[in-house]
Amino acid sequence: MYLSNAAALSVVPRDPAWRGRVTAFVVFCALLGPSLILTEFDPAQLWSESSLQATRQFLATFLPPAHAPEFLKLVAVATWKTVAIATVGMAIAIAIAFPAALIATRILSVSRLPTGRMAPLSAALRAGVRWLLIFLRSVPEIVWAMLFVRAVGLGDTAGVMAIGITYGGMLGKVYIEILESSETRATTALLENGAGRLQAFCYGAWPVCLPELTSYTVYRWECAIRASVVMGFVGAGGLGQQMELSMKMLAGGEVLTMLLVFVALVWIADLASAFLRKALS
Amino acid sequence: MDTTVTSTVSGEVTGLAAVSVRYGAAVVLDDISLGLAPGEQVAIIGPSGAGKTTLLHTLACSIRPAAGELNVLGVNPWRLGDGALHRLRRRLFLAPQAPPLPPRQRVVHAVLAGQLPRWGVVKSLRSLIYPADAGIARDALARFRLEDKLYLRCDKLSGGERQRVALARLLVSQAELFLLDEPVSSLDPALAHAVLETLQAEALRRGAALVVSLHAVDLALARFARVIGVRAGRVAFDLPREQVDEHLLADLYGTELNASIQAVPEPPAAVFKLTRCI
Repeated sequence: MYLSNAAALSVVPRDPAWRGRVTAFVVFCALLGPSLILTEFDPAQLWSESSLQATRQFLATFLPPAHAPEFLKLVAVATWKTVAIATVGMAIAIAIAFPAALIATRILSVSRLPTGRMAPLSAALRAGVRWLLIFLRSVPEIVWAMLFVRAVGLGDTAGVMAIGITYGGMLGKVYIEILESSETRATTALLENGAGRLQAFCYGAWPVCLPELTSYTVYRWECAIRASVVMGFVGAGGLGQQMELSMKMLAGGEVLTMLLVFVALVWIADLASAFLRKALS
Repeated sequence: MDTTVTSTVSGEVTGLAAVSVRYGAAVVLDDISLGLAPGEQVAIIGPSGAGKTTLLHTLACSIRPAAGELNVLGVNPWRLGDGALHRLRRRLFLAPQAPPLPPRQRVVHAVLAGQLPRWGVVKSLRSLIYPADAGIARDALARFRLEDKLYLRCDKLSGGERQRVALARLLVSQAELFLLDEPVSSLDPALAHAVLETLQAEALRRGAALVVSLHAVDLALARFARVIGVRAGRVAFDLPREQVDEHLLADLYGTELNASIQAVPEPPAAVFKLTRCI
């Protein structure tokens, strides 16, 4: 039967994905063009004589990096605070994101099993959690930080809260996406044999997604360190607060020292991520 | 050799009456009727794409028929509320064609997952920290000669070993209805016989009904008293094995018999859910 049809099959059918791809590409270009015009993006500006002059003057103050023992001690304390803000903030963020992801992800839905569609009530609950996550992350952490500085005063608490809330929203969204793009056969099989949602997550999705979840969480921890620096500028503690002081005093050497500390922190986060991925794979 | 049984146990009836299943416009099961006595053991054979997998998933309450009456362990699952339906799922065990084992999961947890419907959430979580009832898992693995793999990760196993680990999960479950989709497709003939024998003995011990789809026709005829042929979403025949002859098989597979009786090639994974490809 297969062989007798061979002649009729000589016309290869068109790839059904082709139209969608072309459309997506055209839409992307149509959006990119006006965006470039709107932002007045002009790389040549960077290399004009006046820009170069200003950059050179600013950078000249950076050398040599400040290395007085007194100052290094100050930086060490501020660095430790920054790491602590990022870490505690991430702990809060995970505490928000993890339950939210478990509630909102489709793969743990029991009602989707027979039809592929969720029951209306659970679909509404999941949509509600997604909207909550959107709200949490759509307000930038710097705005949350300013808000909390007003509420609880200058210092680390404001930074911790701001990171916890914004990153809770971001982590939750990405956790959901990681779970839903993963291989779901193991989870589905457990649900089909009557396991509960949390059980199906622990014995199905968790072992499948653990490396992705971990590496994204560590990457976000790295971002939280950077964010805690930015928030320091509005008085939310850590290295950023110190850096703002140094910049105000035009102490380029001090700024450079702190930038070097950032590079080291990000590098360490990168190593940690690589190590964890290797340990888990 | 012959461990096949007809009903000797009391229990509840399972079956389909005039059931049709559609995926979109495609009719995958077309007006299928069949019944299983309590404790009965049946093999389903048929060409690739005939609807064997869909039939098993329909019996497992994981596909809702477009028409017809379904009876699973004495109740119509689609008349139940969501909670009762999910409790019904605890009483059956569907083993999908591809073993559903996370690569990083260790064998002990993969097997003990069969106990999840019985365990509470707390015990399930605690078992991930230190395996509860590792002895039960070891004993189940031993029945498939895999006891030395207890603490290995699933991705360290061969395809045939993974398939048997997924079946060991069935042994630790408390299911009363076994629905197995090509459970021995990655095993050599001798091992396939031994594994089916273990599964059939377990079903017999529990009084559980057993439905197995097989691509090896010889295996189906050797091990099952009742054989159902499925072709193009319909029941082609449903007969005691003595009455299944070469002509029926030739019609079923639409090929010359000498090719079909050996082994009918079947793609490893049925495309069960259409996903958008990028």
